[in-house]
Amino acid sequence: MAAHVEGQQHPIGIYLKIWGLLFVLSTASYLVDYFHFQGYLRWFLIITFMLMKAGLIVAVFMHMLWERLAMVYAILVPTTLLMVLLGIGALEADYTFFTRGVFFLKGLF
Amino acid sequence: MTPAIRTSTADPVALPEGIQGIVADWSSDQRAFKNVPWGKAMMWIFLLSDTFIFSCFLISYMTVRMSTTDPWPNPSEVFALTLWGKKIPLILIAIMTFVLISSSGTMAMAVNFGYRKDRVKTFVLLLITAALGATFVGMQAFEWTKLIVDEGIRPWGNPLGAAQFGSTFFMITGFHGTHVSIGVIFLIIVAIKVIRGDLDHERPGFLTGRKGKYEIVEIMGLYWHFVDLVWVFIFAVFYLW
Repeated sequence: MAAHVEGQQHPIGIYLKIWGLLFVLSTASYLVDYFHFQGYLRWFLIITFMLMKAGLIVAVFMHMLWERLAMVYAILVPTTLLMVLLGIGALEADYTFFTRGVFFLKGLF
Repeated sequence: MTPAIRTSTADPVALPEGIQGIVADWSSDQRAFKNVPWGKAMMWIFLLSDTFIFSCFLISYMTVRMSTTDPWPNPSEVFALTLWGKKIPLILIAIMTFVLISSSGTMAMAVNFGYRKDRVKTFVLLLITAALGATFVGMQAFEWTKLIVDEGIRPWGNPLGAAQFGSTFFMITGFHGTHVSIGVIFLIIVAIKVIRGDLDHERPGFLTGRKGKYEIVEIMGLYWHFVDLVWVFIFAVFYLW
């Protein structure tokens, strides 16, 4: 036996439960489109289901839940920095849209 | 925290938890990632870099979609299929999503049976995962064919609206499909290693002197779940937006 156990060992039931939950969440996000929800409700539901699915996959299927914090933080903290890129992208897109509006459709503004 | 001054090597010294654990792990000698085989740590770091690549694609897509003055083609209609004489919106993508999630489920169970050294079950589950992955790629090929041949969508323009639709669609789904295809190939390689007993007998693999261990099934699993994870984001922001 090695000095410490390196394998991840969990009861098989937890994977089946998460699998089921992912099916339910995927169906729910499909129904958002099927029933033509629009506006903020659509956005709220899509983003919520997306983040829940992503969380379940990372936490359970990829075993993040049982890793040491040194590992979890090394992966998740850099990922949150992408929010900055997202913000910059949105600002830039708004500005581009505005200038295009001014340039292409002079009558509109 | 209990003082960890011990000389006995009979059982390992308990590692501190919480923030103290982070500081202790990162400032310790030899290695920062305790209890994790280095192959797994490296796979995680590769996946982190891949996260940044896919994020660049998806954020660029958001930027061009928000800034275009042309109308964006409605994905709900573009990806609809006519089944049994009825037009069902986005149904192909929904089926692809379920196929990929199922493959993630079988992969998670393959990892589990791998650590239990159940060779046959691990092998079968890995093959099912590979088959579902191949099904996904097949459906994607069907989708691409439909878009290119029937709807006339090209990376540089399309008859439905904004030209950026084609360029971002082929770029993002193409890159994701490539990841799935590579995953299928490696799943088959790992499955063969498992059924041959390479991992039980710790035979070194191709191009490496390292002993084969069941941790490679988990490392393969990390990659495969990541592919599913990326699809979750593509499904939400490309198809449902």
